[in-house]
Amino acid sequence: MKVDLVLLEKLCNAIGVSGGEEEVRELILKEIKDHVAEVLIDTMGNVIARKSKSTEGKPRLLLDAHMDEVGFMIVNHDGDGFYTFQKVGGIDDRILPGLKVLIGENKISGVISSKPIHLASPSERKNSISFDSLKIDTGGNMGIEPGTRAGFGSQFQANKETIFSKAIDDRIGVATLILLAKQEYLNLDLFLTFTVQEEIGLRGAKVTAKSVNPQAAIVVDATPAYDQPTYDDQENSFYNTKLGRGPAIYTLDSGTLYDRRLVNYFEKTAEAAGINFQFRQPGGGGTNAGAVHLANTGIPTISISVPHRSTHSPISSSRIADWENTLLLIEAGLKNFHTTIIN
Amino acid sequence: MKALIKRLTEACGPSGFENGLRQMIINELDGYYSGYKVDPLGNLVVMIQGSLDLKERKKVMVAAHMDEIGIMVTHVDEKGFIRFTQVGVLYPAYLPMARVRFSNGLIGVVGMEPGTKLDQPGFDKFFIDVGLSKEENPIKIGDAGCFIGDFVDMGKRVVAKSMDDRISVAIAIEAIKKLRQPKNDLYFVFTCQEEVGTRGAGTAAFGIEPDLAFAIDVTMTGDTPNNKIIDVHLGKGPAIKIKDFWMTADQKIVKWMESCAIQDKIPYQREVLIAGSTDARAIQITRSGVSSGCISIPCRYVHSTVEMVDMSDVEDAVKLIVGLLKDEIKV
Repeated sequence: MKVDLVLLEKLCNAIGVSGGEEEVRELILKEIKDHVAEVLIDTMGNVIARKSKSTEGKPRLLLDAHMDEVGFMIVNHDGDGFYTFQKVGGIDDRILPGLKVLIGENKISGVISSKPIHLASPSERKNSISFDSLKIDTGGNMGIEPGTRAGFGSQFQANKETIFSKAIDDRIGVATLILLAKQEYLNLDLFLTFTVQEEIGLRGAKVTAKSVNPQAAIVVDATPAYDQPTYDDQENSFYNTKLGRGPAIYTLDSGTLYDRRLVNYFEKTAEAAGINFQFRQPGGGGTNAGAVHLANTGIPTISISVPHRSTHSPISSSRIADWENTLLLIEAGLKNFHTTIIN
Repeated sequence: MKALIKRLTEACGPSGFENGLRQMIINELDGYYSGYKVDPLGNLVVMIQGSLDLKERKKVMVAAHMDEIGIMVTHVDEKGFIRFTQVGVLYPAYLPMARVRFSNGLIGVVGMEPGTKLDQPGFDKFFIDVGLSKEENPIKIGDAGCFIGDFVDMGKRVVAKSMDDRISVAIAIEAIKKLRQPKNDLYFVFTCQEEVGTRGAGTAAFGIEPDLAFAIDVTMTGDTPNNKIIDVHLGKGPAIKIKDFWMTADQKIVKWMESCAIQDKIPYQREVLIAGSTDARAIQITRSGVSSGCISIPCRYVHSTVEMVDMSDVEDAVKLIVGLLKDEIKV
């Protein structure tokens, strides 16, 4: 299996702020419709696809990736094209001043405007700018309705080794699922869910996991890497993941204690196939697994993520090799999967 | 019963790693159940069929959690020191010089960097020393461990790590052995992943669809020097939960428990806990809601390696549970 940077570029450049995933959903439907037996869009807007029709006695497995990304929402027009806005999902206030944003279906340009350095007092310069003082400046565009969503205005780039883009979280998971949907799995009754509203509390997955009710689930996402050298030359022991070390297998985060049978299975699968992988450091954060594993009578779940630096910012970066290894690992895991693993 | 408590508290089962405990309980209960199953998350559901007609039979769920607090490895540094995070809620003040056992049997001690403050959250200044260099150290990211805290028999009181909630596991086992012919269908669930957010109990209840339910768990006491956090005392009987931080017990369940205790002359206390919660909170809100309550075992020094309970409370809890479940239930 090969990565597809053209596909990823299309997905990353689309804007799908939580609750407004239409553009991403259209791209997904176009890509998968000829490769799956059934596809439906549920009440919340989740895409639920079933890979094949002849599935009797085969393990019911779920692959999940979320369509949405963090962004903004217009709250009020304050006059002269300035808008008060809210954040959608977890974004650090400190990265906001000066950001380009694209607003609404027509992708109207705006910039998050703040006091210029010339006019800031020495004490203001020392402190981060308060969120309440920030406005989106649309250059005099007066007609934007409250409730309109806005995304980061950056564009996808890549060099030979690395992808730089907004929304790697989780378009890289979406792209992974699309590529996997194009393969055949004679051993599985495979469901693929492309979920909404992950960034605001795993809300789409709470519904899809219940309706699909799989025997096991694999959540594919992007996870932060904080693998910079430390300022004081001490060993960096709190990095979460590292770029270039392969897909990150989860063991524990704030939402999930990952199913050990699946963790061991994917560890062994990676070792047998010679696929580079790493364990994500146990700790905070979480994925859709937090919702999926608690659905109904409980679902053994694992998360496998592509590491990326500068999470939830206009430009995150991931290694192409890590994505490729993620694809290979999940593909191998799917093709060798059998129910005794979770019995 | 002390021998059973000793065996259960000496077993190692941090949240998500309950396999060993589960097998111990199955072996312990051999011959005392109508059937059992292990659900997808790892809960052990032990069923005892009731003697009433199917139409009149209620489904009663009783939950005691198997798991205990522990640690999980986040990093092994260049010198072989192990960095870790919590599984469940750890108090930094209880950590220094504690002993930890990993699932491969390796034992380590908890050290801390100079100047570490014990009244602040976070574990990044602590480490586990297994006395091995990085090259010799077989521990890797994601490995889990539990604390070591030997069982001590003080006579009327006993001390061990993981009394939370093995004492309730022991109580449930004793109750099952005494409940040979109950009227209703009893589902004793030895739950997993309670310490990380009562996760197992919710999915177990979803599968069982009980008519009513209660948890058995430990609660804090207010009977140590300068401690008035709660009006619960060692030796004054099992506590019937009125409320805790996350759950208000169904008043009908509270009345049912109180009248049973009064009728059977079992001492009891009323528990109002201002922090924490139990499996009952997850059971209560499954599906269309389940009438739920909790029987709490007073325990000093909860989430330490020296958790202390009083044997009279333990024995009275067994009596109360048997009293509640042996006959028809009118709630």
